[in-house]
Amino acid sequence: MKLTTFVAAACIAALGGAAFAEDGALKVGMITTLSGGGAGLGIDTRDGFLLAAKLAGGDKLDIVVEDDQRKPDIAVQLADKMIQSEKVDILTGIVWSNLAMAVVPAATAQGKFYLSTNAAPSALAGKGCHQNYFSVSYQNDNLHEAAGAYVKDAGYSKPFILAPNYPAGQDSLTGFKRLYGGELSGEVYTQLGQTDYAAEIAQIRASDADSIFFFLPGGMGISFLKQYADSGLELPVVGPAFSFDQGILQAVGDAALGVINTSQWNKDIDNPANARFVEEFQAEYGRLPSLYAAQGYDTANLLLSAMDSADISDADAFRAALKSADFDSVRGDFAFAANNHPIQDIYVREVIKEGDVYTNKIVGVALEDHANVYVDECKM
Amino acid sequence: MTPLLFIEQVLNGLQFGVMLFLMAAGLTLVFGVMGLINLAHGSLYMVGAFAAAAVAGWSGSFLLALVAALAASAAAGAIVELTVIRRLYDRDHLDQVLATFALILIFSEGTRWLFGSFPLFLDIPDWLSGPVTLPGGIEYPLYRLAIIAVGLSIATGLFWLIARTRLGIRIRAGESDREMIAALGVDISRLYTIVFALGAALAGLAGAMVGAIQSVQVGMGEPVLILAFVVIVIGGIGSIKGALVGALLVGLTDTLGGLLLPEAFKLFMETSDATATGSALASMLIYILMAVVLVWRPRGLFGGAT
Amino acid sequence: MSRERMVNAALMALLLGVPLWAWATDEPFTITLATRVAILALAGVGLNIALGLGGLVSLGHAAFFGIGGYAMGILASHAQSYTPLMESPFLLEGTKSMPVIWLVAILASALAALVIGALSLRTSGVYFIMITLAFGQMLYFFSISWPAYGGEDGLSIYLRNGFPGLNTLDPIQFFALCFGCLAAALWFNARLVRSPFGLALNAARQSPERVETVGLGTFRLRLVAFVISGAITGLAGALFADLNRFVSPGMFSWQMSGEIMVFVILGGVGRLYGPVAGAALFITLEHVLGGISPFWHVWLGFLLLLVVLFARGGVIGLLAGRRVAHD
Repeated sequence: MKLTTFVAAACIAALGGAAFAEDGALKVGMITTLSGGGAGLGIDTRDGFLLAAKLAGGDKLDIVVEDDQRKPDIAVQLADKMIQSEKVDILTGIVWSNLAMAVVPAATAQGKFYLSTNAAPSALAGKGCHQNYFSVSYQNDNLHEAAGAYVKDAGYSKPFILAPNYPAGQDSLTGFKRLYGGELSGEVYTQLGQTDYAAEIAQIRASDADSIFFFLPGGMGISFLKQYADSGLELPVVGPAFSFDQGILQAVGDAALGVINTSQWNKDIDNPANARFVEEFQAEYGRLPSLYAAQGYDTANLLLSAMDSADISDADAFRAALKSADFDSVRGDFAFAANNHPIQDIYVREVIKEGDVYTNKIVGVALEDHANVYVDECKM
Repeated sequence: MTPLLFIEQVLNGLQFGVMLFLMAAGLTLVFGVMGLINLAHGSLYMVGAFAAAAVAGWSGSFLLALVAALAASAAAGAIVELTVIRRLYDRDHLDQVLATFALILIFSEGTRWLFGSFPLFLDIPDWLSGPVTLPGGIEYPLYRLAIIAVGLSIATGLFWLIARTRLGIRIRAGESDREMIAALGVDISRLYTIVFALGAALAGLAGAMVGAIQSVQVGMGEPVLILAFVVIVIGGIGSIKGALVGALLVGLTDTLGGLLLPEAFKLFMETSDATATGSALASMLIYILMAVVLVWRPRGLFGGAT
Repeated sequence: MSRERMVNAALMALLLGVPLWAWATDEPFTITLATRVAILALAGVGLNIALGLGGLVSLGHAAFFGIGGYAMGILASHAQSYTPLMESPFLLEGTKSMPVIWLVAILASALAALVIGALSLRTSGVYFIMITLAFGQMLYFFSISWPAYGGEDGLSIYLRNGFPGLNTLDPIQFFALCFGCLAAALWFNARLVRSPFGLALNAARQSPERVETVGLGTFRLRLVAFVISGAITGLAGALFADLNRFVSPGMFSWQMSGEIMVFVILGGVGRLYGPVAGAALFITLEHVLGGISPFWHVWLGFLLLLVVLFARGGVIGLLAGRRVAHD
């Protein structure tokens, strides 16, 4: 038995002593980030996915989990390994857009299915779309578009916007501007991995901004929020969910309280599937689920629903079964647009404190049944 | 751009430079005295931040957290010196690079193993939070002013230590002639441990202070490490004065470059193109500065003939 | 045949035998791993010329590795989208042909090495380590923020480039190509060591004053060595990009420079086959340890530490014993 299979099997077994994959189980390769600075996101993705597999009986999916170390070349190597020697049917799990860009086109070109639990770069939604590539999370622009729509609806007229200088950052500001459409008081690109935002905060102070939109994933967002809170500026801050996710909020602390952020999921969305997910996740892992866990959970459930109505050996039928999205999403209504990206509601959340724990509550809907702008460019 | 904004940015550059000095001081001392390249210096910065976050979370006291950071990083430094580093003094730089590269791996993943994969929480204490109004009407965070003050007083203390104390005399003697001071009966290995622990403690302090306004996470030390190397190379390796000048130069170049370059490009380019190009060039600026300094003065600004 | 030669021969036989065996037993991933070893070893051979022979500790060889990678990425992406590289003053088309890409990668990285080397060689010792690092970082940040070729996202090439007469998509045939490049580089390196140039370079490393006295310019010797070194690492970069069908700024990162250096030191500095042994050991460890523990970097760290502290001369030194004074 391969060690990695063993590890995955051990994970599933640890989840409740479920029987290990039998013949006829669908073989899933999960490539995600389990070591280094971004490990928290990959761990949540994996845990959400494995939880869904366990709740479905544990013997339908044979899951191989591997760590990509957040390095594109390692991710490519793992994908080769999973396709060539593990002979998986489905690939999933990548957190970062640049890793997805390295893995997905080659995997789908070899006839494998790829279900994205998070990253959904615009290049794979428009001209580069593929019939075997499904994004279960969102299209990368979605949350930024929702933030733009919110800022416009809330009546702000001079937002100051900032993001790191890399493709996802540029997409973010473009997405924001697409649905905001008004005048900006400033637009700044920061360095990727930058940890000190004193200079940007000074620029905001000197500007005539009436609100701030920022996209700074991971540690960058923590640094920005702490420094902003200490600057004495009191302009309202809006951002996508990434900097306010369950895993990261505790490290931001009070600095995040009251901040508005946009997300397609939250733990208080009122439907039975979500209630069960939140409860089971806490019971299993002893912590609140994050957005990434929810996306991993939905991805596994989508896959399981397709298995109920089609067999992987008939790729066309299986693809159609995936596309029908006949599963109970924790987000409520869920459907795929023509380019295999979700049509879903995007919510406005506010950061609150429940006892000692920082978390989010939904305060409104930014966009209803929102798809993405790349649908028309996609020819498949 | 208003003059106020410019002054505020100068202060930001100064604060960044002072932090870099705390990192660079240890690095340059260790190189000057022991002739050792220590890539793991960034890990000691991380150790300081994690120790501070853990103790602050447990006790709620920021001062106690700073003490813990100093103690933990000094202890980590001393242990590493005693077990690994002292075997490397008579090796060539290549072996030192590889061994301390290995130490980075051990420290980073070891910390993740102990503290988990999510960033830790460390906040500014209440009595240092919020902005103060400076003469001229500039609103500036008190905590950053405190960092500048602490950094400058440590710099003064270090100059005093090196110039006036017995330990300082030994350190200077060690820099110029290692064999000779050993022959004169100075316990050289103890001196080395002390210098290494001192450098580690400064790095740990920097980590803890910065951790309060940034993210305390695994791998936070590496970007700072690279910058600290840039600083000591610009200043001239082994020179505390060089480290201070280099740190302020790098801090100001980085902060002001990020501000001024996009503005400069806006004069003859479209706004969004100008910000993108300006930011791109700004991110390369300190490395360009370093290359220019080295091509002009191959031993840095204050580097002697070693 | 000396003991070191026997170790070398066994090493090459192993690197050739494992993929052949994997081919016979239909384990394509093992072939991919072996290909990775061959390519990274080639990068190490390049660095070893500067490091082992010239005594130039470069912590910026990722610059050349990345330039090679982007030479492949840029040419192939233009060929892929049927857009010319430039139209004026003359038409320049992209290409999917490996030999052309290799040539461009070698020339581009040699040119970069010439510029970087000419500036860096004014310094020495630690300053040289740091200035090469600075040049690497410059290219790294440039590649991240330069939007034309993907920036941080990198560039995906959907199909591996072609080589006349071979099907490069077949893992074993692509491995054969990479192994061939490695063997050629090793042969070239061996010739170089024995050539008058190599002897002079070696002398310049051990005693620069004497070399100057006999009228040879150490600066020129070292610069030529640095250029050759950069060019070979650049070729490895092009192959690495083709292996992954992907290039990204990660190829320029200082960790990449560090890793290439680790291959060389792990195998044994200045040993002809050192990079091969180092890369093989590193990839094997990564593969085996990575499966055992999510914290495998800790164990890798301890292992590297043990090698530095107790196994001077690296793997080859351990197997072949202390080097007899030669050359």
